[in-house]
Amino acid sequence: MLSYFLVSPYLVHLLLFISFPVIFSVVLTFHKWNIISEMQFVGVDNYIRIFHDRLFWKALLNTVTFLLIHIPLQILIALLLAYFLDQKIFLKGFFRATFFMPVVISGVVVTMVWQQLYGLDSGLINKLLVGIGLGKVPWLTDKNVAMISIAIMATWKNVGLYVILFLVGLQSVPRRYYEAADVEGANQWQKFRFITLPAINPTIFMVTILSTIGGFNLFIEPYIMTGGGPLNSTLSAMLYIYKHAFEYYHMGYSATLGIFFAFIIMMVVVVQKYTIEKDD
Amino acid sequence: MKPTKILLYILLIGASFTFLYPFYWMILASLTPESLLGDLNILPLEITFKNYQIMFSKIPILRSLLNSTIVATCSTLGVVVFGSMVGYALAKSNFRGRNLLFFIIVFTMTLPFQITLIPNYILMVKFRWVDTFAALIMPALNSAFAIIMFRQVFKGIPDDLIDAARVDGCGELRIIFQVLWPNIIPTIITVAIITFMSSWNDVLWPLIVIRDEKLMTMPQLVTLFAVGGRADAQLGVKLASAVLLALPIIITYSIFQKHFIRSMASSGLKG
Repeated sequence: MLSYFLVSPYLVHLLLFISFPVIFSVVLTFHKWNIISEMQFVGVDNYIRIFHDRLFWKALLNTVTFLLIHIPLQILIALLLAYFLDQKIFLKGFFRATFFMPVVISGVVVTMVWQQLYGLDSGLINKLLVGIGLGKVPWLTDKNVAMISIAIMATWKNVGLYVILFLVGLQSVPRRYYEAADVEGANQWQKFRFITLPAINPTIFMVTILSTIGGFNLFIEPYIMTGGGPLNSTLSAMLYIYKHAFEYYHMGYSATLGIFFAFIIMMVVVVQKYTIEKDD
Repeated sequence: MKPTKILLYILLIGASFTFLYPFYWMILASLTPESLLGDLNILPLEITFKNYQIMFSKIPILRSLLNSTIVATCSTLGVVVFGSMVGYALAKSNFRGRNLLFFIIVFTMTLPFQITLIPNYILMVKFRWVDTFAALIMPALNSAFAIIMFRQVFKGIPDDLIDAARVDGCGELRIIFQVLWPNIIPTIITVAIITFMSSWNDVLWPLIVIRDEKLMTMPQLVTLFAVGGRADAQLGVKLASAVLLALPIIITYSIFQKHFIRSMASSGLKG
């Protein structure tokens, strides 16, 4: 009896904020509703509407584009920085702490600052590029560049966390493997390819899954930086759902979008996990 | 020093610069007159607090700091207390449905929040919790992640300790909070840091359920200040609000950075 008392706070939470919403969400997908007036049954119209909603597919494609740039970039840079930190160096703690700093700071702050760094004329990055004789890049004003810019910024913000995870992975490799490889006359690349990489493979997979889930939630960065523009090129799926729900009050349709999008996220993660387990 | 070592240090220092400079620039820019911002690079040009004066006169930023502190503190307390209770029950007592409950908790962690976001908003409307702290705090009082962390650490505590406390006449709540808590302080710190940080930095949910400026959380208020027209497109004024938003975290992080890194890495490793 006492045990049920102990778990009761979670049971209330589960019923109220998880079970009920999941069921109600499914009910909503068959209705048209703006919260104020009566709910109106529309059958599967909301589902059909998704397939004709070109802007949603564009938003989905934008989100996938973001992931395809962000994840490889993040793994590469995190691995490189972790590899540097794994050497015998002074001030290791200082470097680690600075790499990690953007992770703890609000995405709002990071986005506001990078919006200025990306400025066309007064932005520091373009000033630097002009300074070394290169041309200006329209970071946030060109529809083919803006999402790349957001992906670079997101990488800068999150990479510190993955540096730490990779560092844990690297430090788990027994030093004697490297010593044995030295005896055999292996070079740096061979040591990395045949000793380090297999050892940190699980970390790479974990980083991929964590940043896939995080990346699908992309919202505040385009919300502040570009509002989804230019020409909807940075409109993320989450931003699109948000607009439908809380700017136009399409409760039924946005619930349908939410479920559909969640289904896609789960599919992608399941496929990733399956591929990983097959590889092992 | 070998040439490769020198190259290594150059790369590391370059990377540190890349991670620190934007924050340095932000602080400096917030202290620079608007007309000089275009020329600001590394060295300060002219220091002024005018941007802060304007910002304080436009938005209730200190009020929002208080709001964020209240919301994040209440959520964290809830998650640590309830998480301990549920985690303890799952680890140390036998009851019908225990394994099912644990399975459900693990399952909810894989559930994308996109499914529950809209119905949860409707729930807040029906409860008349929109524009109250209840909307921010109540759904955040329990966390599956925290329960799993506490269950794990309680499982490692020998039953003898609990039995001895029972012999001394301790009730279960006293056992959890007076006997066991002192033994699991690192886990409490980890859960507290992660919960506090995610509550403090969350923007999406506050944007949805809070419309009254006096009740807004700090990141929410700063976001709306950044995208809205109230700063009259004055960059320095917007950045002043960003500095105030970042400052509490920067200070806390500078003091407790080892705890932050360890906690957040361990949440990543478990996730």
